Amino acid sequence: EKFGLGRPALPEEIAAWNVDVAPDGTGLPEGSGSVEDGERLFSDNCAVCHGEFAEGVGNWPKLAGGEGTLDHEDPLKTVGSYWPYLSTAWDYVHRSMPFGGAQSLSVDEVYAITAYILYSNYLVEEDFVLSNENFLDVEMPNADGFIVDDREEAEAHFWNAEPCMEDCKDSVEITMRAAVLDVTPEEETDEVATEQEEITAAADTQEAAAPVAAPDPELVAAGEKVFRQCASCHQIGEDAKHRVGPVLNGVVGRKVAQAEGFRYSPALQEAGEEGMVWDHETLDAYLESPRDVIKRGRMSFQGLRKDEDREAVIAYLRSFN
Amino acid sequence: EPDPLITEIQPWAQGLGDGVDAVPYGLPIEYEDDVIRRNVEWLTADTISSINFTPIHALDGTITPQGCAFERHHSGAIELRKQDYRLMINGLVDRPLIFTYEDLERFPRENRVYFCECAANSGMEWAGAQLNGAQFTHGMIHNMEYSGVPLRTLLEEAGVQTEGKWIYVEGADASSNGRSIPLEKAMDDVLVAFKANGEALRKEHGYPVRLVVPGWEGNLWVKWLRRIEVTPQAIQSREETSKYTDTLADGTSRKWTWEMDAKSVITSPSPQSPITHGPGPLVITGLAWSGRGAIERVDVTIDGGKTWQTARLAQPGQDKAISRFYLDIEWDGSEMFLQSRAVDSTGYVQPTKDQLREVRGLNSIYHNNGIQTWWVNGNGEAENVEIS
Repeated sequence: EKFGLGRPALPEEIAAWNVDVAPDGTGLPEGSGSVEDGERLFSDNCAVCHGEFAEGVGNWPKLAGGEGTLDHEDPLKTVGSYWPYLSTAWDYVHRSMPFGGAQSLSVDEVYAITAYILYSNYLVEEDFVLSNENFLDVEMPNADGFIVDDREEAEAHFWNAEPCMEDCKDSVEITMRAAVLDVTPEEETDEVATEQEEITAAADTQEAAAPVAAPDPELVAAGEKVFRQCASCHQIGEDAKHRVGPVLNGVVGRKVAQAEGFRYSPALQEAGEEGMVWDHETLDAYLESPRDVIKRGRMSFQGLRKDEDREAVIAYLRSFN
Repeated sequence: EPDPLITEIQPWAQGLGDGVDAVPYGLPIEYEDDVIRRNVEWLTADTISSINFTPIHALDGTITPQGCAFERHHSGAIELRKQDYRLMINGLVDRPLIFTYEDLERFPRENRVYFCECAANSGMEWAGAQLNGAQFTHGMIHNMEYSGVPLRTLLEEAGVQTEGKWIYVEGADASSNGRSIPLEKAMDDVLVAFKANGEALRKEHGYPVRLVVPGWEGNLWVKWLRRIEVTPQAIQSREETSKYTDTLADGTSRKWTWEMDAKSVITSPSPQSPITHGPGPLVITGLAWSGRGAIERVDVTIDGGKTWQTARLAQPGQDKAISRFYLDIEWDGSEMFLQSRAVDSTGYVQPTKDQLREVRGLNSIYHNNGIQTWWVNGNGEAENVEIS
């Protein structure tokens, strides 16, 4: 039965969304990219989370290494040691990376970054150029490492077992306790909550005493929404910690690269030493297009195109001054 | 001593409560503010690509309220308006189609209750007892009533060609979370859902439209569903190769492990829900589910598996939905080793953790459905342990 609902999908619409790439190369667009270009692109777009050599930063995924560890305790699963198809890496970089700036890379850039990931896994040489032509020639070390779900055979004994009901064992001994490891998140106690309320109250008093006009609350609220795009890398507020990017408390009006304990890119550090200040104008330009302001900075963010979004997010940042 | 709560007039018995509309969309009363989703910070690099846990230790019945049903995002929970929503069906079909949200509402609809369990639920427990609380060991699960259109209806509207063997589904968020599903399953019981428990999906569960893939791992339940492509082959995306594959002891990995095996857990007493009333009547309760069918039976032991009793199911088991079980006992105040063991309609008996490890080793991450043990001491406090 047909309902006659919906409308035909236009070729341009299908082309815009139908970007997946299959292991046999179906869907792979024409293009190429070198390890050399990939190294630069990776450093600019990927290294903040994945490390300069694809070795990973903190809990973010490691993309290189781990060869021969799959049968060890805690195997290291990377593109080189685990991923069976190169198409998966190309497809994912093309479609979903960089984190917070998906689909901002060109086809050739994706080839180059994929080539660099292969290089960082010692799978190709430094002069290698990856293209749609040689894509299927690349051999992935763990290509044969997968079997289709065989639980119904390998675990057939879990079916129709006769569960024992009486006299099933003689003794019961504890072999492991979660309390020994002690990794369960702890509840916030009332004391901590009260302390935080006091801190907030103190901060409120200070704000009231400050001579500068407070930012428009509506604009701040709008900025809080826009800030979600930043929140994948930056924290702000009383309990904020440095993540991929520095804590942003007090950033408005301050000299560049001043957050204590954060490792800035050499480019940003230099700008700070030269006396650059995050005033409204500079911040606005930086938020519109980070690399137009700091050429070799590490912030891989595509920028906020709308004036009102930048205005709002600056007001939000200022509310933490 | 007479109880002053009874003998004295209490303020709530004298004054007045809130009028209607005091809270146009209701929230739980403040005394229940500990019944919330919780995150385990050390698990992931950032909350935007992370998971939290349903407070199953504090809930009863079988339906999970949306507001405390676990969240799993790969690129954050996005805001997508119904007006901006488009669903594309393309690939090996006679008529590639675009549907709006309104279009979807005009197809005949079904209502079905299903559980959604993350394949990594209990994944931190492969190597041993680690997290102290049913919420953390078993809380990557929820059970809701979905309203939606059978995917079959939409695929038939587009006309699937005979070379089509798989579908590839993806979301509108930056991760897209694409997954391949065999056409057979797609034509069977998969739903394109827009309501859960009677109301619109929450943002964190894929508003306005998500896929419901009954009995299969949660990662396939694509949120913010935007495209269904009929393909001759599996796409082998990131989520079905580098993730959601199960590495065995010899280093080979199982792929396409879609079904969630039968599993159960006692939710109370448990580490976050200790016994506070001392010896006497005690309600032992928990949840059981199977991705392969309905729950047929749940057995409970209080002595670590020396003897078992068959628990009472609150309702007969439903296909691929959660069952609630109860065992009502007289607790004598001595220590207990509590376990539950589910049996489903295919005859599958929930294995012990050791039985699972014997087949799979310690590195599987996903699909840990082993029997859970809570050690309850004489004070009624419980701890996550493993026993011989």
